[in-house]
Amino acid sequence: MGAIALPQLTRAPSRRRAMPGFGLTLGFTLSYLSLIVLIPLAALAINAAGLGVGGIWKVLTTSQVINALKLSFGGALVAAAVNAVFGSLIAWTFVRYEFPGKRALQAMIDLPFALPTAVAGIALTALYSVPTVPSPGQGWLGVPLEALGIKVAYTRLGVIVAMTFISLPFVVRTLEPVLEQVDRQYEEAAATLGATRWQAVSRIVFPALQPALLTGTALAFARAVGEYGSIIFIAGNLPNLTQIAPLLIAIDLDQHEVGAATAIAVAMLALSFAILFGINLLQTWTRRSERRTA
Amino acid sequence: MQISIRQLSKSYGSVAALNAIDLDIASGELLALLGPSGSGKTTLLRAIAGLEPIDGGRIRFGDIDATELSVQERRVGFVFQHYALFKHMSVLDNITFGLRVRKRKYRPAREEIRRRGEELLKLVQLGGLEARYPNQLSGGQRQRVALARALAIEPRVLLLDEPFGALDAKVRKELRVWLRQLHDETGYTTVFVTHDQEEALELADRVVVMNAGSIEQVDTPEAILRRPATRFVAEFVERDAAGQYTAAHPPPPRTVHERVARAVRVG
Repeated sequence: MGAIALPQLTRAPSRRRAMPGFGLTLGFTLSYLSLIVLIPLAALAINAAGLGVGGIWKVLTTSQVINALKLSFGGALVAAAVNAVFGSLIAWTFVRYEFPGKRALQAMIDLPFALPTAVAGIALTALYSVPTVPSPGQGWLGVPLEALGIKVAYTRLGVIVAMTFISLPFVVRTLEPVLEQVDRQYEEAAATLGATRWQAVSRIVFPALQPALLTGTALAFARAVGEYGSIIFIAGNLPNLTQIAPLLIAIDLDQHEVGAATAIAVAMLALSFAILFGINLLQTWTRRSERRTA
Repeated sequence: MQISIRQLSKSYGSVAALNAIDLDIASGELLALLGPSGSGKTTLLRAIAGLEPIDGGRIRFGDIDATELSVQERRVGFVFQHYALFKHMSVLDNITFGLRVRKRKYRPAREEIRRRGEELLKLVQLGGLEARYPNQLSGGQRQRVALARALAIEPRVLLLDEPFGALDAKVRKELRVWLRQLHDETGYTTVFVTHDQEEALELADRVVVMNAGSIEQVDTPEAILRRPATRFVAEFVERDAAGQYTAAHPPPPRTVHERVARAVRVG
């Protein structure tokens, strides 16, 4: 006994955290965020500051800008809402059922992610436009819809269609893993207690999915607000009608109106931040009630 | 409610999970389905509940042919092995769920639902915990909430899947005694699944020993110990409990509670 010397504590146990590396990781996080996110955004804000509040206000209160901002944010909201509903259904189908071709369909869901947005825009435009002279591959959906009195290409509806197309994967992909975690035993328990299928889904499954659904919808919304490439093709360029805010920025830049472009950009930044912040608050709130309950 | 099962069959592919099972369960009986994993005991329990589609055979609840009834229509109280309590609902909301989802015509008034929930909580000795959430309860408490939730719908039969499987040994013993008392108080026909022969033999009025999708023996615990019908039963009942449980020396009651439970069972 005792022949082997034990290593001595040379240092008093310091104020070390249970999880080491806090300083390093926080430092890295902050520098990275600064470089990638904060510095470009700060540059934008400084640029806009040159215009003065009055200058910014003047740009933003023109009807063309107001309408474009309304379309960008309103359209994104509609697209996110549509995808919240149908994306949930798709995620449900993928997780809960086995069917031939499921793999291929699942890969297709990611296409709007991977596709260059201009390609999506051209495809959508070809599909929904109404050609003056019949031409192959043009107007497959546009012509029959026109017969029903619905115009998609070069209208606000077209903007929403494009936004819905490109933001669909966000809801599906966010919901799938969470839905996989929802044990069927809960639905079985609800059924033995007399709950109909609908009651089991709405009262048991849906509350479990709610935080993920909120995240997915927020991501879809953010993507739709920021979308440019696919929309400009199908929307055309009709002032006050189908112009989205990012298109106005591009136009202003084209005409060397850097100040006006910056003002619109700052407005988009502020609105996006406010909305995402709001969604975040909502999420903290649901998660808190979740924690109380989970 | 008396239950009769005739020629119940179920197979997964080429593997027979239930092999033309015949079984009669008396009204008010406490019956154990005992067997190793893969013996079909849980499949049988789930088939009675309507959770498992069957290939053939009939299930009757008293005068009702339940074979074609949906899970909802069967009105069975099912306690899942891991309880499956709804995490986002309070204890009271969990217990009253079965009443709250009823069609308006059959749904009691809100105050009546609350009163019934509180009454059930008292019955399972959890009075005062209505506002808690499942994650704030111990394993034993959760199990009792699950039981109260199943009882709330006044089930035709109470089905429990490995009711003590997820609990530690001490709690398991206590709950076993308590469940026996509760059964004797309420008189529900109760079927529970277990792989623990000690549990089955101590708790049940009769034990169904299952193996590979077939019933080996249905008998009282004493008869199963004294006169095992097959070699499988003899080996299964003796293994693990060697020396402690033999026909000539049944296990001595250990606590006052158990002695009471035993007296109730024997008497």
